Amino acid sequence: MTDRPTIGVLALQGDVREHVRMLRGCGADPVLVRRPAELDSVDALVIPGGESTTMAKLAVAFDLIEPLRKRVSAGMPAYGSCAGMIMLADRIVDGVAGQQTVGGLDVVVRRNAFGRQVESFEADVELAGLPGGPVRAVFIRAPWVESAGTPVTVLGRVGSGPALGRIVAVRQQLLLATSFHPELTGDRRVHEYFVNMVRER
Amino acid sequence: MSDQHPAQNLPVPGTARVKRGMAEMLKGGVIMDVVTPDQAKIAEDAGAVAVMALERVPADIRVQGGVARMSDPDMIDGIVSVVSIPVMAKVRIGHFAEAQVLQALDVDYIDESEVLTPADEAHHIDKWPFTVPFVCGATNLGEALRRISEGAAMIRSKGEAGTGNVVEAVRHIRQIRQDLRRLSGLDPAELYGAAKELRAPYELVAEVARTGRLPVVLFTAGGIATPADAAMMMQLGAEGVFVGSGIFKSGDPARRAEAIVKATTFHDDPGVLAQVSRGLGEAMVGINIGSLPESERYADRGW
Repeated sequence: MTDRPTIGVLALQGDVREHVRMLRGCGADPVLVRRPAELDSVDALVIPGGESTTMAKLAVAFDLIEPLRKRVSAGMPAYGSCAGMIMLADRIVDGVAGQQTVGGLDVVVRRNAFGRQVESFEADVELAGLPGGPVRAVFIRAPWVESAGTPVTVLGRVGSGPALGRIVAVRQQLLLATSFHPELTGDRRVHEYFVNMVRER
Repeated sequence: MSDQHPAQNLPVPGTARVKRGMAEMLKGGVIMDVVTPDQAKIAEDAGAVAVMALERVPADIRVQGGVARMSDPDMIDGIVSVVSIPVMAKVRIGHFAEAQVLQALDVDYIDESEVLTPADEAHHIDKWPFTVPFVCGATNLGEALRRISEGAAMIRSKGEAGTGNVVEAVRHIRQIRQDLRRLSGLDPAELYGAAKELRAPYELVAEVARTGRLPVVLFTAGGIATPADAAMMMQLGAEGVFVGSGIFKSGDPARRAEAIVKATTFHDDPGVLAQVSRGLGEAMVGINIGSLPESERYADRGW
């Protein structure tokens, strides 16, 4: 893998620009992905935060869902934050009827698990394998990982409050997902971790 | 793991980052006015990123007149219970008690809206003490910055709601973008005078001059009725779209709603726009702005 990988950001809806800025800061080449041909050109993919039901509908309507599944199952590295975690989950709870996902991560993800916006919060979360102390994690109507299969490594859990111990960061081989939004903070470590996964591939 | 420092790591709700971040997640999406649970389901199925729950769409408020207020809590609960996407609701300008009620109802965003009859002619709501985030309308940069200084976590250009006429939405988004460009070109010494002209706090003005953009997400609203309207507003620099009367006052709401969602994502792809613009049935009839008396121009409400 090159030192400057081309990393797509799924740009159907959501906080695309924030991920683009983070990836650029990590020395990757970010490109927007809305069409199958754009997906073909990337080494890896970030699925941003946003509304997962909207992203899923658009991915189906514009014939992107199958190409996404193929690339992920063929081993393309992918990182999903919040809605992106839902998109990468094999199974979801509290989705809308018929809500499709790309899948790949052997987890059950509960959508809007922490509650409505008034329950959204920020807190410090320790991530395994990430030096430099906890990240300031921003949770916005966030999902959590309800249960994870054996191939999945749990990287982080909520450290306090009513959701204490809930899984909010996971990795399975070249797939990475967080319930929270590192792209909304100035801290690039999670994106650097992902870009290094892509480089070391 | 946090046992050593429990006090330092309790979850903190309602921070500026959490409120503004919620709006970031709506970007590239369409927020639709709905008046019944059935409409809310249609909106969610069409791919809306959120719904705005209200008793009457602006076009009906125009026709029926009278004082327009916050919606009935039962009506809002009815919508909250049928959809899983975020639910927004409107309060009158300055009516902080209506906002307290909506926060108690767990709505996800409050729109302090000129579409309702203003409750205070001098003061908008002090939005900082609330946990729930607010979106406010603006017709120019100064107005946007005044709302942000009061705690708004998202701005929408006002347009002229309930007209199905995009002309005012275009005027307002162009004005805001022009004001931003002008500010970016100023000498630092000129920013004090600019703050005075804009009637906005110097610190915010200086921040915007440095970054070239608002510190919060900018959507568009007020008159968007077709996929092409949404696409034009996105190309003019809006980060997402509110559609009020335009969907459920049209001939085929489900189809039009889905078409506007697709047009917002593919706003720069005329091939997609042409395809989704076909076979939508009747658009809402619409009103020419020139025929509206001054007292019925909602964009002039707020300051």
